[in-house]
Amino acid sequence: MATERHTVSNLTIFVSLCVCVCGPPQFHNLQELRQSASLANKVFIQRDYSEGTTCRFQTKFPSELESRIERTLFEDTVKTLNNYYAEAEKIGGQSYLEGCLACATAYLIFLCMETRYEKVLKKIAKYIQEQNEKFYAPRGLLVTDPIERGMRVIEISIYEDRGSSGSSSGSSSVSGSTAR
Amino acid sequence: MLYGQRLVQKSVISLIQQADIHPKKDTMSAVMIARKVRKWEKLPGKNTFCCDGRVMMARQKGVFYLTLLLIMGTCALFFAFECPYLAVHLSPAIPVFAALIFLFVIAMLLRTSFSDPGVLPRALPEEATFIEMEIEAANGNVPAGQRPPPRIRNVQINNQIVKLKYCYTCKIFRPPRASHCSICDNCVDRFDHHCPWVGNCVGKRNYRYFYMFTLSLSLLTIYIFTFDIVHVVMRSVDNGFLNTLKETPGTVLEVLVCFFTLWSVVGLTGFHTYLISLNQTTNEDIKGSWSGKNRVQNPYSHKNFIKNCCEALCGPTYPSVLDRRGLMQEDSPVSFTSAAPSISSSSYPVSQTMKTTAPLIPNEHTPDDAKPSIAASAEKSDSPKEELPPAPKVPPLASPETDAEATLAKEKAQ
Repeated sequence: MATERHTVSNLTIFVSLCVCVCGPPQFHNLQELRQSASLANKVFIQRDYSEGTTCRFQTKFPSELESRIERTLFEDTVKTLNNYYAEAEKIGGQSYLEGCLACATAYLIFLCMETRYEKVLKKIAKYIQEQNEKFYAPRGLLVTDPIERGMRVIEISIYEDRGSSGSSSGSSSVSGSTAR
Repeated sequence: MLYGQRLVQKSVISLIQQADIHPKKDTMSAVMIARKVRKWEKLPGKNTFCCDGRVMMARQKGVFYLTLLLIMGTCALFFAFECPYLAVHLSPAIPVFAALIFLFVIAMLLRTSFSDPGVLPRALPEEATFIEMEIEAANGNVPAGQRPPPRIRNVQINNQIVKLKYCYTCKIFRPPRASHCSICDNCVDRFDHHCPWVGNCVGKRNYRYFYMFTLSLSLLTIYIFTFDIVHVVMRSVDNGFLNTLKETPGTVLEVLVCFFTLWSVVGLTGFHTYLISLNQTTNEDIKGSWSGKNRVQNPYSHKNFIKNCCEALCGPTYPSVLDRRGLMQEDSPVSFTSAAPSISSSSYPVSQTMKTTAPLIPNEHTPDDAKPSIAASAEKSDSPKEELPPAPKVPPLASPETDAEATLAKEKAQ
């Protein structure tokens, strides 16, 4: 327990010194993010209904993320997600075949087979995890899979380093962390 | 129930064994940790769940049982009285087809009744607060004493303005075509209607099964009715009409049931075929949303009968966004306050940082530049007594109404 605290405080000192030098907290992986950061805020990217009820999210860049991540990275992520959902909900030859075959078997085939939508959802989950690890966690952000929020919003959690209060202040954060 | 009791017993035994090591451990919280709680047990809304969350139905199931009884009873009589005679005198294929259609009907009925119709989960506290903030920002300053304007969001879909209403129960702006079912107390996506015969709502996910059920039931009813008449006619030629009725009394009952079912079910199938061809829901039809007044047109229709049918019946099978069988995330015992047996039930691990009242939670200080919404919601959540996650503390502007329309109507009436 004592050694754990020691490691955590060392990590916090290291991170706060980094904050003085490089700006926002640099977290190297998701584990670090969850252990040593505190949740500051959440941004919710809403659905875009301009093309009907198909699943699309707005690509408008929220102002809260302006200092945290590049606009192009964010837009890329949302556009790729939109493409995945469009692929899942596409009404074409394959979906007709799947529908007719399933109807002929009284939809019992779904007990053994995975639907196309479920396959795409797995791809989406993998993609989001990849994006979190590569781009968002190092910037102190975490993207939540929309399916966990009822496909209504993309929730992006903004983390702040636990020891500091947002802006860099090496000495105060060091004293704050050792007090723990 | 027995399984749950066994789990509790095991946890109590382990608790006694651990008592020497951790004497100050909170008894209630340790018991809570040992038993695995699935998310369906804590879902709000008035649904009943069976088979450990795999089956989801409405609360009132009486009429559903009646439906099952009528279908199975009539088919049992058909197989008992008509089929032996017809198989011999006409064709053995008749009972075979009847059995196939019957099995299809039952499969469709169970699929419609037991599946999630497309329930939208309620907003978690942060999302609800975020939406409240947006509404406040949009409304600006309302002078004291004046009613705030109704909560409506306008979106443009295919060059048509659609109004999204705010649901006070679920704390979300309902997506287009979604509606709140007051019987099940849930917002359902592409809400069609709540069907008591099926014991469930009919929505995006189970509409095609419902349609196939009514269609196949119509076929079955017509089939049984036709062959009842054929059987009675054929037998009467040999034995006479009254003797036939004496020999096969079940026929009279079958004909009666089929006659009344025919009018209702065939009519319903025809109605839903009409709705599918126009890509409308029963809800929209009843409300007259796209009836043509004020030059509003249905923005979801492809204006092509075949395309609309294909979308409704052969479209993608949407997944359930309501996680029923996931395990509730339990907090570690260290983070509980000593008094309260509370269960942390958010789906992300850092939820405990939001509770500012528990002294052992590391994040006591919210950063200075955090938005006031987060601080406010953290204060309001007042967590030690919190048990149900999706029924958070009510932010000041929201009133718990099950139907926003009723709220708006009330506001207008006041």
